[in-house]
Amino acid sequence: MRNLIRYIITRTLMTIPMVFILLTIIFVVLRLMPGDPVSSMLGGHAPERVIEQKREELGLNRPMTVQYVDYIWKICHLDLGDSMVLQQKVTDAIAEKLPATIELTTFGMLITIVLGVFLGAYAADKRRQARDSAIRLYGIVIYCIPVYWLGLMLQLIFGVWFDWLPIAGRTGARVFTSDFENTGFYIIDTLLVWDLESLKDVLIHLILPSFTLGLTLSGIFVRLTRANMLDVLKADYILAAEARGISHTNIVYRHALKNAFIPILTMMGLQVALLMAGAILTETTFSWPGMGRLLLERIYLRDYPMIQGVIIVFALIVAFISLLVDIIYAIVDPRIRY
Amino acid sequence: MKYSMAQGLGRPFAVFAKMGKKYGVEWWILVTGAVIILAILYMALAPQTLTPFDPYNQDAGPQLIPPGGEHIMGTDNLRRDVWTRIVFGSRTILSISVLAAIISSFIGISLGLLSGYAGGMLDRTLSLVMDAVYVFPGLILAIALAAMVGPGVINITFAVAVIYIPTYFRLVRGQTLAIKQELYVEAARSIGATNATILMKYIFPNVIATTVVVFTLNVADAIMIEAALTYLVLELPPSIVDWGMDLAMGKKYLASGQWWLITFPGMMISMLALGFTMIGEGLSEILNPRLLER
Repeated sequence: MRNLIRYIITRTLMTIPMVFILLTIIFVVLRLMPGDPVSSMLGGHAPERVIEQKREELGLNRPMTVQYVDYIWKICHLDLGDSMVLQQKVTDAIAEKLPATIELTTFGMLITIVLGVFLGAYAADKRRQARDSAIRLYGIVIYCIPVYWLGLMLQLIFGVWFDWLPIAGRTGARVFTSDFENTGFYIIDTLLVWDLESLKDVLIHLILPSFTLGLTLSGIFVRLTRANMLDVLKADYILAAEARGISHTNIVYRHALKNAFIPILTMMGLQVALLMAGAILTETTFSWPGMGRLLLERIYLRDYPMIQGVIIVFALIVAFISLLVDIIYAIVDPRIRY
Repeated sequence: MKYSMAQGLGRPFAVFAKMGKKYGVEWWILVTGAVIILAILYMALAPQTLTPFDPYNQDAGPQLIPPGGEHIMGTDNLRRDVWTRIVFGSRTILSISVLAAIISSFIGISLGLLSGYAGGMLDRTLSLVMDAVYVFPGLILAIALAAMVGPGVINITFAVAVIYIPTYFRLVRGQTLAIKQELYVEAARSIGATNATILMKYIFPNVIATTVVVFTLNVADAIMIEAALTYLVLELPPSIVDWGMDLAMGKKYLASGQWWLITFPGMMISMLALGFTMIGEGLSEILNPRLLER
């Protein structure tokens, strides 16, 4: 137990340099690249004096090192600055949009894990049979279907042709979002006021986007689970379990899958990047008012503080989830200690 | 005449069949992938031979007609022929994604070799930076880069290339670390080989083999990222035909049921990515027979 606590503390401390490097990379990309926020904001024909004034206002005329220290200092105080185009704080805008993205990615990930892990385990069980080949083929093909195109096709089929499901937004017209805006997570909000009609509406809007995201990522999980399961199924304790007369299904889906799940968990940490990228694309396709939409809208408007803020939040999420995965990993598997 | 025509043709076919028997499914995956890529490569190299229309011609036919007859994939809102735009669009996506993969493999392999061989402070710093970039969502990085440097084919190529540098770096660095310890490297050093010779003649040839598989999978991924970038932010001038941009334009007509505008460009992006993935899959199983067990 003391070992575990020590590991968690060390691992948490190790996250700091990683976050620091990520923040530095973001700074370098956004400041040192060609392309000047001020001139693109004011247009190419603004007089020199106005540009100078604006640069001073934004603190862009100071030396790079001073800007860098100021940038890190403000982030440490959770201050991401103000939007350049709208009267709002960057943190406020992000706080408003983040729950939508988290809701989408959580459901997407759930679908991925259920589908990917189950199909992968099933394929490993039926290895070298037609069903195995079919599932492997599914894994390869679904991986090559861009998430945005899958989203468009699902919209076309289920939203336009069959007209079963809504294709845009988080809620329908009849749900007044202001009535229950507490946490921003609509599922939790509707449950808090026990408005089941609205909850149903929210869930229906989640179906297509989360399946789009979940299906796309499931290919990788099919592959990973299958490979890990093949290793595990060869182990001696599987043979021992078979000798004891435990049913085959029980062995594959309980004994083996439990052990194959540990490496899958680590890979899950690495897939967070893919999940985030997928979320941005899914949000655009489904007009989902989350972080991805915010980022792209502000790129059109050249709202640099907002772009920077959104990217920083994504970096923090990635760092946090990889930390979380490592800690869960350590709790699940006592052999893992540094 | 030393051998007849039939023999001349028969030999490659015999080799082909033999490979198929030896490697089984993996061989056919590789071949299917290659066929898809060759077909799309033909599109890119000789587009005029596949269509009578011009991709920019806003008078190719009536507006928004469904596939059939003269326009096998229909026409778009600007009365352009969809099939023609598919054929000509292959050039953009192929050149950007392959070029991006070449750039990132070049930088990633060089840095990986250097970092793994030199060790010390340089290695530690580079590894930290590369690991940070590796875990960060590549698409978001590319969007940020593309947004900063502005629209254009070259800018998109670089934005896509940056994402994959860490992949090559990590792979090559790890192998360099291992190979550096080998006896034959020691032997070379003892007879006075310079660092440059050891790197280029002893380590590099051993490292390059494994990067081939990664390269093809990398191109497949770059294809989807390129199309994603142009789909999301329309970062190319309208004078360039691009599948991702056509997809974004077609999206506007989805609700009114004009399915052909999104179906065909998206299908082509998938096919192209699938082709490269299949080559990568096939190659990796054939080059690493140990993996066949998996």
